[in-house]
Formats: sequence, C-alpha cells, structure tokens
Amino acid sequence: MSENYFKKYPDQKGFYNQYGGAFVPPVLEAEMKKINDAYYAISKSHNFISELRSIRKHYQGRPTPVYYCNRLSDKYGARIYLKREDLNHSGAHKLNHCMGEALLAKFMGKKKLIAETGAGQHGVALATAAAYFGLECEIHMGEVDIAKEHPNVVRMQILGAKVIPVTHGLKTLKEAVDSAFTAYLQDPVNTIYCIGSVVGPHPFPMMVRDFQRIVGIEAREQFLDMTGELPDNVVACVGGGSNSIGIFSAFLEDDECELYGIEPAGRSLNLGDHAATMSFGTPGIIHGFKCYLLQDEKGEPSPVYSVASGLDYPGVGPEHCMLHDLKKVKYDVISDKECIDAFFELSRLEGIIPALESSHAVAYALKLAQQEPKKSILVNLSGRGDKDVDFVLEKYGLPEDRKE
Amino acid sequence: MNRFQKLFKTKNSPVLSVYFTAGFPKIHDTAEIIRQLSDSGIDMIEIGIPFSDPMADGPVIQHSSQIALNNGMTLPLLFEQLKDIRKITDIPLVLMGYLNPVLQYGFEAFCTKAAETGIDGLIIPDLPMREYLNEFQGIVQKSGLENILLITPETSEDRIRRIDANSHSFIYMVSTASTTGAKKDFGEDTVAYFKRVKEMNLINPVLTGFGVSNRKTFETACQYSRGAITGSVFIRCLQQTSDISKAVKLLLETLHS
Repeated sequence: MSENYFKKYPDQKGFYNQYGGAFVPPVLEAEMKKINDAYYAISKSHNFISELRSIRKHYQGRPTPVYYCNRLSDKYGARIYLKREDLNHSGAHKLNHCMGEALLAKFMGKKKLIAETGAGQHGVALATAAAYFGLECEIHMGEVDIAKEHPNVVRMQILGAKVIPVTHGLKTLKEAVDSAFTAYLQDPVNTIYCIGSVVGPHPFPMMVRDFQRIVGIEAREQFLDMTGELPDNVVACVGGGSNSIGIFSAFLEDDECELYGIEPAGRSLNLGDHAATMSFGTPGIIHGFKCYLLQDEKGEPSPVYSVASGLDYPGVGPEHCMLHDLKKVKYDVISDKECIDAFFELSRLEGIIPALESSHAVAYALKLAQQEPKKSILVNLSGRGDKDVDFVLEKYGLPEDRKE
Repeated sequence: MNRFQKLFKTKNSPVLSVYFTAGFPKIHDTAEIIRQLSDSGIDMIEIGIPFSDPMADGPVIQHSSQIALNNGMTLPLLFEQLKDIRKITDIPLVLMGYLNPVLQYGFEAFCTKAAETGIDGLIIPDLPMREYLNEFQGIVQKSGLENILLITPETSEDRIRRIDANSHSFIYMVSTASTTGAKKDFGEDTVAYFKRVKEMNLINPVLTGFGVSNRKTFETACQYSRGAITGSVFIRCLQQTSDISKAVKLLLETLHS
C-alpha cells in the first residue's frame, strides 16, 4: 500500500478499483454530489475536526481500551486482545460514524436525519446522535424486525426518534433501505440519509470509513504501547463492513499483520442460509454501488440469513471487495453454532457479553489461537451483547441446559 | 429515422407514454397490455423489468415489481413474451430496467436481444451518464437501440446540453427530485424548471414524467413539453380491475377528466 492510500482510494468517482461508484438515479446523483462536496469542504475544516474530537472524548468516552484476555488466552492459547468498542457510548462502534454524519448534517444545515435499521443498532446510534445535536430523526425498520428487536425500538423512541414501520415486501432490512431512500427523496433539502455501514453510493463508504478509522488508529497505538510490537493477527466481523474497515485501516501498511474479515456462515452454506458474500458472491450492483453480491441468475439479491441481525446483508462494502482481490485481507466464515459457543466463552471466561455480530470475530480468534498458539490476536469487539441476551436464551438456552 | 423520430415528426398533439411493470398483475399479461394500450391510441410504451430494489420508484411501482417477481418474471421470459410484439403494434417500445439484472444477463446480449425483438429504446435509471458514455454507449449504438437519459430539476444546463447531444429519441424530464408516484399538482418551482428547459430549445423533444397523475398535471406537462409519461396511475388502474381494457379506459378517464 502506498503512503497516501486514503487519498488514492476511493478515486474521485468513488471507486475502489472496480468496486463502489454511485449507480443511482439522477435525482439521487445530484444529492450525493452535494453531500460529497460538503464532506470535502467541511470535514477537513479545523472547527469540524476539533468538535468531533471533543465529542469522541467527552461524550463517547473514547479512547476505548484494548484489553488482554487472560483466561481466554490461557484456555485457547495465543495472546488474545480485544478492542473494546462495546464500551463506546451506546454500546457499539456505530456511534463513531453516526456522530460524524450528524455533525456533517448540522454543518450542512439539515434538520432531519433519516436512516434504515435492521437489528436496530444503527438506528439507536443515530437516534443518540440526533438527540445530541437537536436534530429530528426518522428510522425506517421492517415490521418483521420491529417485532423481533423490540428493545431497540423502545430505545429509539425514548431517544426521541420516529420509527417508521416498513410494511412492503419481506418487511426486513432491504425494504427498510428502499423506504428510507424514498423518504429522503421527499425532502432532500432539509434531510440527510445517514447510511448504516460502509455501503451505498459514493461518498458513503468513504465517509463511514473515515469516521471509523478512529478505531484502528487508537488500537494500533494502544497495542504497541502495551506490547511493544504490532499484533500478528487482527480479526473483525464483516456485515456491510464498518467496524472491520475501521480497525483494518490502521494496519494495511503493516505487512507483518494478518487481517481477517469474518462473515456469517449461518445455518449452512446453502444459498439463503448464510451471508458469506466474499465466499459465494459475484460482482453486482445493489443500493447504488458495485460489490460482491449474493444474487441469483436473474440479478436479484438473494435472501440472506445469520443469527446476527447486523450481518445479514447480501452485499458488502466496496473497499472490502478491493482488499479481498488485492489479498490484503483474508475473508473467512463462522457458523451460527461457533458464534453462540464463543458468545458464552467470552461471557464466562472474561465477564464480557459480546454482541452476536462480534461473537463471530471472537469465534474465529479462538480457532486461530489453537492453530497458532504463539501468536498474538487483536479482535475488534464491535458491540456489547445486551440486545441479544433474550434471543440467545430463548433460542439456545444456557450451555449447561443444552442437550447435546 | 427511428420510431421515436417518426412519432415526434408526425404527431402534433401531446404525446402520451405509458409505463407498466412486466409480469403484473399476472405473469402473461405483457402482450395483452401492450395491445390494449396501443389500440387505445397511446403513443409509446415503457415496459418495466421488475427489480426488487427499484431506487427511482415509489411504493406503487415497488409493489407491482415485487408481485411481478413473485409471479416469476425474468428477462428471458420477458423476451419470449415479446418475440411477436411487432405483429401487434408499431409504436415505439422502451425497456425500462435497473442495471444489475441487465448486467447479469449480459449488457451486450441484452441490447442485441432487445433490438432483435423490436424494442426501440432503453431507460436504465441507475446507470449514470458518465458510466454510460465511458462503458456502454458503444454497445448500445451498435445494437441500434436508443438510450434515453433523464434530467431533473438539479441537472445543470451544461449537462442537459450534453444529454441532448447524445440523444436521438427524446429526453426524459423528471418532474421532481423524488421517486415516481402521484402528485396532485406541480408546484411553482417545478413549473419554473419546466419553463427553463423549454426555453433551452433542445434538439430532442422532451417528455415529462414522475407525478403525472391527473388531468391537471397532464395538461401542465403538455404545456411545457411534447408530452407526458405516466406509470403509477396505470399500475393503480390495473390494481382496481383485472380487465385490461377497462384499466386502460380508466387511465384515459383519469388523465382527461
């Protein structure tokens, strides 16, 4: 990687080699250009940067720590470290880009933030940001997800956001995206669409990455400070890819660090049972950008599934697609079962309940630890698991109660 | 002279183009809908290729697209349904679809097949002009199809001129910075934009689409451009009655009364 990697990728049109871009109707094209211009003009300004830095420190509680897992490492081998994004305010890394997007919205004079949410994590983070800045917030969520993720719906409402049920189609994430885009286009002057990951048309994958880079910048320095060296392995889960790009971005030039992006293998590797885009996807276009896409022969996005609602997306961030092709990051999979086992292992050995999304990364780290017991592993623990506890108990029960 | 140019040369009164989603309401309605529209004097037809994430379309067309997909509509099936379409009608036919299904079919194969079938033009709303000019224009031109480009209230005059220079059919003037779907009336800003485009005296005729839903909007559209494109309203008519000829009558009543 060259020194100015972040200036080279994406290019001016929003491409990461062949991926990304902005494949959107002309009405959206014009709005994306305005956001892009505003981002370049505002986000590099001194006032913007100092306000965001102050927010990071005093409101979000950053830097989040890097923590050495004593008991987990003893049991599985290797030296396992966690970047504690679960301790970021609102319980996940999502607030890193939501505060950035909301601050940009404020500087642009927008009055209302609009977004989609699947499991509700992005919705909660954006509602938090909206409350902080005194902006209106409208979250589009499929009716199916509203029923499934009730606690997050309540959190958004307590934070003052309006939750719009999406009732068409499959009533899940994909329809929520359509609905949010439609609402945004009703009044693009006063509103802004704050997308939930490093996906969507340019400039979103770039903006969200830039706002998430803080995770990697902190973690690299903290790890060096704690150990005097860089981690041998860095592991993060990949749905759209926001937390993973955040941590990977600081290690792209460190050839001694192996980077692992972990996608969900779900129930099985049959189409419809997983969301392992990098393993089974082919290049396609979804939601305005080009990426590896799980799709059928007609070019329709395939149904996807994972026990972790934040990972079941049929596409993946364009920068990840490029890093995959360049072999800068290895992409592998973890099943529902491995994820649930890791969820309990981390809870019981370290007293940290991880989000099911992040449990995929933990599960992979446990595998790596057994294969390479002398190496060090830095896991991005992207979120806490409070949101998942009812679901896990109901569906899987406690380990000691399970009939094997 | 292509069918578009013939139409605009011979027709002095406003042109009406109607959109429908192929495979909606029933999978085998395609040819019959085209025949009924054509017989009732509609000037041009846009055949929509259903896609699950139609970013330019509002809830009505999203809904019809989902039903069409559930009915099993695919591009190969659509081409099969259209193979004898030129025995039925001689009016300009346009295929409107999103980029991904076309790419998965193969962009060149798609253009060749469409041209063979007797299709005259393409509208791919999520294919930006820059990408079109860089990668796809040669393929479209070789096939003999016309690519129809969209302009919006945000499109600069310079860009409109470039679109005009690269078009040989008509320019699709999107009335609003929004998705498709019915509006009761066009606002002052919209009319000012219509006027601005009209005063540019473009080489290609302009048709107005998005939000044409009743007599008032239809007449305003025709006042400032060569005619109108309507979609969501016709889809609603098809929802109201499964009798296609009645749905067409209902559409004409809505636009003229």
